[in-house]
Amino acid sequence: MNISNLFKIAFRALNNNKLRCFLTMLGIIIGVASVITMLAIGQGSKRSIKKQISEMGSNMIMIHPGNMERGGVRQSADDMQTLKLDDYTAICDETEYVAAVSPSVQSSGQFINGANNYPSSLYGISQGYLEIRKISIDEGEMFTDRDIQSAAKVCLIGKTVADNLFPDGESPVGKIIRFNKIPFTIIGTLVPKGYNSMGMDQDDLVLAPYTTVQKRVLAITYLQGIFCSALSEELTEQAIDEISILLRRNHKLTAHEEDDFEIRSQQELSSMLTSTSDMMTLLLACVAGISLLVGGIGIMNIMYVSVTERTKEIGLRMSIGARGIDILSQFLLEAILISVTGGIIGVLTGVGASISVHAFFKWPIFIEPMSVVLSFAVCTLTGIFFGWYPARKAANLDPIEALRYE
Amino acid sequence: MKNKEIIRLDHIKRDFTVGNSTVHALRGVSFSIEAGEFVTIMGTSGSGKSTLLNILGCLDTPTSGEYYLDGVAVRSMGRNQRALLRNRKIGFVFQSYNLLPKTTALENVELPLMYNPNIPARRRRELASEALEAVGLGDRKEHKSNQMSGGQQQRVAIARALVNDPVIILADEATGNLDTRTSYEILVLFQQLHARGRTIIFVTHNPELSAFSSRNIVLRDGHVIADEYNQKQASAADVLKTLPVENE
Repeated sequence: MNISNLFKIAFRALNNNKLRCFLTMLGIIIGVASVITMLAIGQGSKRSIKKQISEMGSNMIMIHPGNMERGGVRQSADDMQTLKLDDYTAICDETEYVAAVSPSVQSSGQFINGANNYPSSLYGISQGYLEIRKISIDEGEMFTDRDIQSAAKVCLIGKTVADNLFPDGESPVGKIIRFNKIPFTIIGTLVPKGYNSMGMDQDDLVLAPYTTVQKRVLAITYLQGIFCSALSEELTEQAIDEISILLRRNHKLTAHEEDDFEIRSQQELSSMLTSTSDMMTLLLACVAGISLLVGGIGIMNIMYVSVTERTKEIGLRMSIGARGIDILSQFLLEAILISVTGGIIGVLTGVGASISVHAFFKWPIFIEPMSVVLSFAVCTLTGIFFGWYPARKAANLDPIEALRYE
Repeated sequence: MKNKEIIRLDHIKRDFTVGNSTVHALRGVSFSIEAGEFVTIMGTSGSGKSTLLNILGCLDTPTSGEYYLDGVAVRSMGRNQRALLRNRKIGFVFQSYNLLPKTTALENVELPLMYNPNIPARRRRELASEALEAVGLGDRKEHKSNQMSGGQQQRVAIARALVNDPVIILADEATGNLDTRTSYEILVLFQQLHARGRTIIFVTHNPELSAFSSRNIVLRDGHVIADEYNQKQASAADVLKTLPVENE
């Protein structure tokens, strides 16, 4: 028997039982649709977390002074003065995997412009900071090496600060604001970045040359931290190792002494957050997979009923020359057609549901092509697997018994 | 000149094991049927006629003895070979028509050819059309089986038995579910087919029907007790004329 005849026979048989077919399909439709929707939601949230992290700079490495014991008393890390400008220049000159470096010193307080004032943070940094934190300049320009050398009283302000100090909407560039009675000339504004995944306003900041903050604001010579970026996210580990070895050597630490600094990367944060969403995705996929299994059992159940109900038809087909393999193929194909059609409708429903979830609840979604292919393959296999046994039962019927069946 | 031998049965025996005892359904049946014969096989229930029909139809194989269909020995054949034989050489007509429900007459008649990969779809349609015309249903090709009367359904079933141009048509109580008038209409059709050279075996428990065939074989308890040629074959068409026409 050729394939096209086989398809015709199976199609006609299914066509005679449209409602039952559809109800059987419903199990598969719900199964496939839920697999796709759940994975789309899971993947979507994972991607959105990753995107937010990479907006903060996914290859960012933060070096802070480590807390250490001094005479048996463990000191707070903030009081440590172990990071020096030498460390910064060493990282600049002697590393292989580090793309950009910036020292970091910080102070908080009121910024004043005439009658308006606003509390914010003043970050003392070098030009590399923009690249590391993925910050761009909106208006004006970045300070120069000369400004750093001369500890110039210049600054760049984020959008939140600009909005509060200049509520009339005038351009802040060229204006002078005060911080701790020190006048700063605004030489630029920053492109707004919005809130990060932790709910922190990333536009609430003022940037100035680190020398200015060190000398004129804090009156210190040490650094509170060093920010670096690795060449790429993948090279973060190597960069951390490299910096660690370099700093231990510069700080003349012997092998049994603990680090007097602490290095952190965004990767740790990233893997922590994504592992949570990975687990959620797995859980959702399991629930969806179970519903696909239930759908498959539905197919098996219906195929069994169908074989019993159509025993006489099977007997007739055999009497007019259908071989066992023909009967087997017919029933197997019916099961596969049900599951594949259900699969196609399920894929469409799943994609539709994912898009509606995105449209109505504003949840981030991402439909991975792999999940579509996978759920489709699984449901075809479900059809074969659960269709096989009833089909074999049909093929093994005795034609005489089958013809006489009432 | 002797006609071609279609069927030869040689000491056919068929035993069934029921529980611990053995039932001898056929106890050595021998006869042969030539092309162009219209044979009724009669017998009461339990005479072994159903078993004989199953063996003739290649649905069952004898316990011993040999059965030749169109010169081919059937007993040693496997399931699939016998299926092929049924597809190419035999046409079945059943008491309960056995049409596929919700399916058109044409599709029902096409069915045996669906299992023959040598016949392309267009040819299949043509053959099915011709077969339906041959049984007088040329105007009902697209009617579904459940929209037709019993007589019409049986005609579709006969068309289905004819469509593969079989060497023999096996009818199992083909008029058993029909009223008298329709029964005779179907008999007329069988006689017409016989007149056109078809070989027909008609299995029945109704002795009245033997008058219309060319040969009668009577079975009892697994033996052939009578096998005679009918010299005065009655015309079913004549009987049909004498029947009162029912006014609805």
